Amino acid sequence: MHTILLLADVPAQTLPARSMMAFTLASHIILVPLGVALPLITLVMHGYGLRRGDATALLLARRWSAVMAVQFAIGVVTGTVLSFEFGLLWPGMMGRWGDVFGIGFGVEAWAFFLEAVLIAIYLYGWRRLPSRTHFLLALPLPLVALLGAFGILAANSWMNTPRGFTLDSAGNPVDVRIWKAIFTPMFGPEYWHFVFAMFVTAGYVVAGVYAVGWLRGRRDRYHRLGFTVPFTLAAVCTPVQFVLGDSIARQVFHKQPVKFAAMEIVWKTDTHMPEYLFGRLHADGTVSGGIRIPQLDSILAGFRPDTRVTGLTSVPASDRPTPTQATIVHWTFDIMVGIGSLLLLLALWYGVLWLRRRRLPASPWFFRGAACAGVASVVAVECGWITTEVGRQPWIVYQNMRVAEAVTATRSTSLWIMFALIVVVYVFVFGSFLAVLLKMRSRWRLADENGGPRPPHETPESEMPETDTPYGPRSAGSRL
Amino acid sequence: MAGVIAAVLLLAIAAYACGGGTDYGAGFWDLTAGGAERGKRPRRLIDHAMEPVWEVNNVWLIFVLVIMWTGFPVLFQQVFTTMWLPLALAAVGIVLRGAGFALRKPARRLAGRRLYGAVFAVSSLLTPFFLGAAAGGVASGRVTATTTASTDVWANPTSLLFGLLAIATTATLGAVFLAADARRFAAPDLDRYFRRRALGALAAVAVLAVVTLFVTHGDAPHVWHGLTHGAGLAFVVVAALATLATAGLLVRPSGAWSRVTAVGVVASSVIAWGLAQRPYLIPTSLTVAEGAGASATLRWLGVITLVSVLLVFPAVALLYWLDTHGELEGLTDADLRRDGTGEEA
Repeated sequence: MHTILLLADVPAQTLPARSMMAFTLASHIILVPLGVALPLITLVMHGYGLRRGDATALLLARRWSAVMAVQFAIGVVTGTVLSFEFGLLWPGMMGRWGDVFGIGFGVEAWAFFLEAVLIAIYLYGWRRLPSRTHFLLALPLPLVALLGAFGILAANSWMNTPRGFTLDSAGNPVDVRIWKAIFTPMFGPEYWHFVFAMFVTAGYVVAGVYAVGWLRGRRDRYHRLGFTVPFTLAAVCTPVQFVLGDSIARQVFHKQPVKFAAMEIVWKTDTHMPEYLFGRLHADGTVSGGIRIPQLDSILAGFRPDTRVTGLTSVPASDRPTPTQATIVHWTFDIMVGIGSLLLLLALWYGVLWLRRRRLPASPWFFRGAACAGVASVVAVECGWITTEVGRQPWIVYQNMRVAEAVTATRSTSLWIMFALIVVVYVFVFGSFLAVLLKMRSRWRLADENGGPRPPHETPESEMPETDTPYGPRSAGSRL
Repeated sequence: MAGVIAAVLLLAIAAYACGGGTDYGAGFWDLTAGGAERGKRPRRLIDHAMEPVWEVNNVWLIFVLVIMWTGFPVLFQQVFTTMWLPLALAAVGIVLRGAGFALRKPARRLAGRRLYGAVFAVSSLLTPFFLGAAAGGVASGRVTATTTASTDVWANPTSLLFGLLAIATTATLGAVFLAADARRFAAPDLDRYFRRRALGALAAVAVLAVVTLFVTHGDAPHVWHGLTHGAGLAFVVVAALATLATAGLLVRPSGAWSRVTAVGVVASSVIAWGLAQRPYLIPTSLTVAEGAGASATLRWLGVITLVSVLLVFPAVALLYWLDTHGELEGLTDADLRRDGTGEEA
């Protein structure tokens, strides 16, 4: 009875709008780790190559640039869609709160500008800029990427712990204090957790490619370097991320207790709370399935078994995630933590062997693990994001605005049609992106195996490689 | 302060119209370049000219959106609610355009290139149309607090004309820049090719502009009044003079100035529109003062803008300088081979 009433309050637009936002953001977030951390990884490789005069390292850096060119472009356009969606799907949120939390995006706008400029100079500077200038101009790139993340995370953490305003009698925000709105309680934990997630993920994704090559018997210096540099970065960041992840969970426990209750499927506020690994929460508050570990949840939250953990029922049903949403959040949280733990073991294996024997592990199981680590860390990123977003339900601005109040008034049919169109477009774009990456890989592998360019007469016309610019005089000054 | 931020918003829109417009225009000429064989050289020029700068050109749009939702949240809410369909389609167009362009280069097979090229070119045509249509809806005062998304809000004479004007101006900008780029790449025949097209597009802009003046008289009276009086009129005159100058410059081989005058045409038209709307964000229903966000936020937006000017302008200028001096060039297959023609030192 209660649920039916609740459902009637939710406008029909909510489901398609949420689906569309979830789909576009979930797609975009796959590209984000590479966008934030690939420049750093590439620059490390590039710097190493320049210092040691190492042609293999420079080749890897150039190839990663070629990948970055395509990946960054698709990241830019899918990111632009998200900006549009703020208005297309959630005009209510932007109209009321835009001037409170929007300023973070202003910081992101410069970061984005600088990033686009520097990345263009880096990607297109390989051929003509002096090598030192080229490298030095790209050095600010990782910092700029972190600045961009600052803006986005400031906005998201504000949605989780909104601050920096007072409400007037009509419920509108007045007396905006910008610093408080940017540096909200969840900002620090979210920011560092996110940044390290990006480094870890990008490192494992790139290393995973070369781990696969290694398993297939391509064990030359090229693969060794291509594996070691990104994997080392990721392995160093993994333990840090583990600590950061633990601390953000405790921050959520303090700052967003109801979200924490959903993450751990805690129904009633109590001490000596057991921890459930997976399991399902029912509407009556019982939990079925899963592994129950007595006392552990209280210990994790407050280091003592008598820590009082707030339950979902501490707030009215309309102000908390539904049991289904709580189960989703609980699962994604557990999957993320599980993957994080496995990655930590992998990183320790690598680190211990390196410190003691100064070599890569020889076991194929290590490389099998490394090959999976890339995909696994992307899954962990998606899970972490679902945890924070679904865990905030039914609020879009925690305890201040419901998703249902923010949603557009456009007819739900139009939203569904647009959603379908977006799905088709994204499947096309991401499918093509993957196809192009695979094509690049096989083209480079072929070139490597043949040991140099094929003579022109053997090259089919349609696959004619571009060896020079099409316009004569320009290449006269070429350094090649 | 609200007035200052409104001016910043207007200038950012003008910058996007020029930067993004040049890009969309290149897409327009890609679409009309003919079959794979005939259009090969113009398309290659388009690829090489656009590659290093298109992402930067499109970041202006993000800047516009950020200023809009932070500085004028109510405006953002109303525009995106009322102009739902054209803006949603523009967003889809932006994805297809960027992805099509980025994927075309690494795709080697003709079929793949054709597909991605077509996606890029068609969406380059549709995106500015829809963005222009949305702007037309604002100019003619059809965006209000109570209107919801429906076709008549954007399928009206002013919106259609703004959409067509957007296409024509982007085509002009694209052709003018490509002609100058052709000169830079030492391809005088392509310079002629694009100058001819630029003249045609410019003529279309002039005709559409005159028609727009007539149509807005009845359909968007406030803007019409603003365009024919005072500061708005001054910028209309500047735009007209810049149009004549551009036409004059396009008759001779491209030099440095045709780009400046073409940008002058577009920037002063956008500014004229903005000034004509004073004191409204949306004519006769929402003034700048009413639509403005919290004053603390506006002050910080001012700071953000100032930092952008100090930080971003030099960077963008450096990029354009490097680009126009032929320092930027994509990696070729030879650079990505192991025998390494691309040694660094």
